[in-house]
Formats: sequence, structure tokens, C-alpha cells
Amino acid sequence: MRTDTILNRLAAGAAGLVGIAALAIVGFILLSTWPLVTSGEIGSILTGAWRPFAASPTYGIGPMVVVSALLSVAALGLAFPVALGIVGFLHGVGPRRPGRVMLGVAQFMTSIPTVVYGFVAVMLLVPWIRQVAETGSGYSLLAAVITLSLLVLPTIVLVIHARLERVAPGLMRTGQALGMTSAQAMLGIVLPAARGSLATALVLGFCRAVGDTLVALMVAGNAPQVPSSILDSVRALTSHIALVLATDSFSPEYRSISAAALLLFLLTALLSLLVRRLESRRSV
Amino acid sequence: MRMHPFALLALLSLVLLIGCGGDKPASKDQTPTGSNGTLAVFDNLEGTLDIAGGTAHIPVMKAAAQAIMEHNPKIRITVAGGGSGVGVQKVGEGLVQIGNAGRPLSEDEKTRYGLQSWPFAIDGVCVVVHPDNHVKALTTAQVQDLFAGKITSWQEVGGADAPVHLFTRDEASGTRKVFWKKALKKGEIAAGANVVASNGAMKTAIAGDPQALGYVSIGHLDDQLKAPDLDGVEVNQLNAAGGQYPVVRKLYMNTQGDLDPLTRAFVDYVTGPAGRVFVQKSGYLAMTE
Repeated sequence: MRTDTILNRLAAGAAGLVGIAALAIVGFILLSTWPLVTSGEIGSILTGAWRPFAASPTYGIGPMVVVSALLSVAALGLAFPVALGIVGFLHGVGPRRPGRVMLGVAQFMTSIPTVVYGFVAVMLLVPWIRQVAETGSGYSLLAAVITLSLLVLPTIVLVIHARLERVAPGLMRTGQALGMTSAQAMLGIVLPAARGSLATALVLGFCRAVGDTLVALMVAGNAPQVPSSILDSVRALTSHIALVLATDSFSPEYRSISAAALLLFLLTALLSLLVRRLESRRSV
Repeated sequence: MRMHPFALLALLSLVLLIGCGGDKPASKDQTPTGSNGTLAVFDNLEGTLDIAGGTAHIPVMKAAAQAIMEHNPKIRITVAGGGSGVGVQKVGEGLVQIGNAGRPLSEDEKTRYGLQSWPFAIDGVCVVVHPDNHVKALTTAQVQDLFAGKITSWQEVGGADAPVHLFTRDEASGTRKVFWKKALKKGEIAAGANVVASNGAMKTAIAGDPQALGYVSIGHLDDQLKAPDLDGVEVNQLNAAGGQYPVVRKLYMNTQGDLDPLTRAFVDYVTGPAGRVFVQKSGYLAMTE
């Protein structure tokens, strides 16, 4: 009884702390972006170009918004089909032992720090792209997309795997009893039945890709421009924050960070609400 | 985006440290001879001194820190990067005792934070290319056109028939500021130029790409990089000191308010005779007394 109340209070206290921390972050971002909203600058900052050293400087983060969207969608487009293949293989299409090895690799990949992905990409992928493509320095949208897709792949695999682990065995057997091949059962029954988790995996993968800072910073080249080619050097919203954070904190450059942070925050907040809805619908 | 800003700063510093991995290590033989008299002021001191800021300063700070810590192990000195902007911010917020910057403080920064500047070295900033690049000399006009993206092939300046890969520095960089002002005469830098966040990262990028064009602080020059002559003037310390090479700046340590004894001793040490030796060993010019 007494330990119960103590534990309850501890849990409530912990939850309260987390809530306060989250509110403090929201409050800070809103407070620092509020002047931009009241002065109406927010529109030109979100869509304008980044030319802080021009004769008439502009401090827009438009190119970075475009690039972050492009990067995340492309990385997901690359990683998601591969992830589907891996989980399909894991749950009945492929032989058991190599499947376990693949799962182990995916689990290991989540524990590799992103800076290591970035470092390896700078050493291997960037020079390779430079040689093969023959235009551009190799630091490019393409390099960032490939590296980010590797980064989000295990997240997607593990989320879908967690769901299939429970539903796949029974459904696979049902399919086989109906005379389906394992590939047919996977495509026709198991994956459709797990579509809620597919959507959750997509959203979580997107959050991971759009929120990653180091890979984009190290590999994408950081030129503040809207790319016209996949080989162009680009700057993501997160890298922009990282690069500009070091400027004088009262400069107009610095204020663009608040806008970038607000955008990223709203985006992930919306996406996590979406995940919650997907989760609750799945249990029906 | 879920990161705390200081976690981000810490990560950035990590990247910078990795980028600086190629720097000449401060070996023992760099300790100036007969400097015992100078190091003696550290005898009765102890505690921690944190330094952050401009990446051009790191070789000098590290060499001085190592000599002091070897002399008196009770003193701990940490040296982090971050860039000139971070240096000013951190010392202004009281997070470090010394914040380095490769540019003078703005009036605004001086009054807002109550900072004091201690210049200790003169540094040149020079154009660099890959050692395999045949280009031996450039004019200021060519450099401006190259960085503006008007010249896009190395062939146009006497090199191979290959596109130029531009590299520049981040918005907060002191190195960028002096290069932009004195070499590019505030000319445009092409929007498509890659942006790197430290002198070390610039070195890694240029040393790995035969078509690259960038700029670094002269102290970071070594055989991984080549610095073409500018307007017929060879890039070296002598020409920078004599004024023939024009793209130079001072390197500053910045402190806030009254100095504690350890910070005071460190500033005196770096600006004194021992510091001048470290400055020269690191490839910079010492300030004349």
C-alpha cells in the first residue's frame, strides 16, 4: 500500500517533469518566433532565398524547406521497398536462418551512431559519386539520400517486424492452407493486414530522416540553394540550424533558426499525432 | 531537432575535432627552450580552464595547454572548436573562460557582454587547391571570378580541363569573413558552393578532391594542400608579415570581466615570448611587441 503510493507519486512526478520539459520547448520556440509572426516576416523567411552577404541581404530558408522535404521523401522511397522485402523475407518468404541474421543486422544498424554513417559516407560514398558522376564534388543530395535511407531502413524494418511477429505466423498458415505460395500469402494477406504498422513505420522513418542533422551536415554539401540536379550540393533545415547557430545570437541570420525550428517542431508534432491515430485504429 | 542546443554544439565540436585530426600534434620538442621561467608562474596555480572558439586558434591553444599541463598536472585546460561566433557567445555567456575569435569584436558584442580582446597572432587566409592541381598562380580577379562561379573550369586559369568544385565556410566563420572582405573584396560567392564548418573540415574536403577550390588559414597549410601564388606573391609567413600578402587578420583571445589568476597567467603566457614560439610553430606570425 505505502510502496504503491510512493511509486504512483514517482511516476506522476516523472510524467510531470517530461510534460514541463516539452511545454518549455514549445514555449521557447513560440516565444522566439513570435516577433517574426507579428512583424509578418515569417512568410518571407519561410519561402525566401538565403543571401546573407548580398548587397541587399535576404534571410529566407525556402531552399532548406524544399531540400528537407526532398531528402526525406527520397530516402523513404529508397528505404521502404527494401524494408518491405526484408520483413517479407523474415516472415515466411525466405528460409529461417538467413532471416534471423538479417534481423540481427537491422538491430545492430540502429545502434550505430549517425556520425559514423556520416563519416563512412564522406570517406567512401562521396568520392565514389564524384568519380562516377563526373559533375559536382560528390557532396550532394544523392549522397545524403543514400546515407539517410540506410539510416532509416532499420527503423522501418523493426517497426513492421514488431507487428508481423504477432500476426504473420497464423496468417501465413491460413494462406498456405488455402493453397497460396508463401509470397502470395505475404502480399495478399499478411502485408494488407499489417497496413497500420506500415503507415506507422513510414511516418517514423520520415521523422527520423527529416530530423537527422549530422548526416545531412557532413554529406550534403550545405549550399543554400534549391537543387536542379540530384548531384547538386544542398542544405537541409537541420544542418542550417547547426551551421547558423554559431553566428551572433542577435543577428538576422540567427532569427531564421527560430523559424526553422518552429517548422521542424510543427512537422514532427503533426506526424506523431498521426502515428497515435494510426496506432489506435490498428487495435480495432 | 529533438536535440538540446548544447548537445548539438557538443556534437559539432566532435565533428570539428575529427576534422582537425590531421593537425600537427603539439609534440614535446615544441616547448620553447629556456621557458621554465615563464612556466614558473603556473607553479602555484590549479583548476580548470576551458577554451573554445575559432578553429584557426586550436594548434596554438593546444601547444600552450600541453606545455602548461605537463609542467603542472594540477591544471586542466580543455580546448574546443566551434568557430569564432561560438567563441564569442560562449565566453559572453560565461560557459568558458577564454573564447577565441578570428575577427575583432563588434561594438555590440563588447558592450553587451563586457568582453576584452587579447590579440596574440597574425594569420593569413589563402586560396588552396589539391596538390595535384597544376595551377601555380592566380590573380585577385581570377579568384573573385572563380568564387563567384563565373569561371567554372580549371582550364580557364591554366589548369586541367575539369570543373571547379567550390568550397566555402559557414556564416559564422572568421576565416570566411576576412577572405570575403580582403580577397574577394566583398564579391559574391556562388550559391552552389559547398559549405564546411571548420578549417579542419575544409582541409579534409580539399585534400580529398583534385578539382576542389577553397580557402584556409595559413596555419593549416601543409603538404596535403597547395596554396597558389596570389597576384605574383608567394603565400608564406614572411610575405604576410611584410605586408606583400594582403589577406591577413589578427587572432584574438577574448575574456570577460576581471580575470581569475589561471586565465590571467594563460593570457600572459600565450601573448609572451613562449606563446610567440608556439604561434610560429603553428604556422602563424607572432605579434611584434
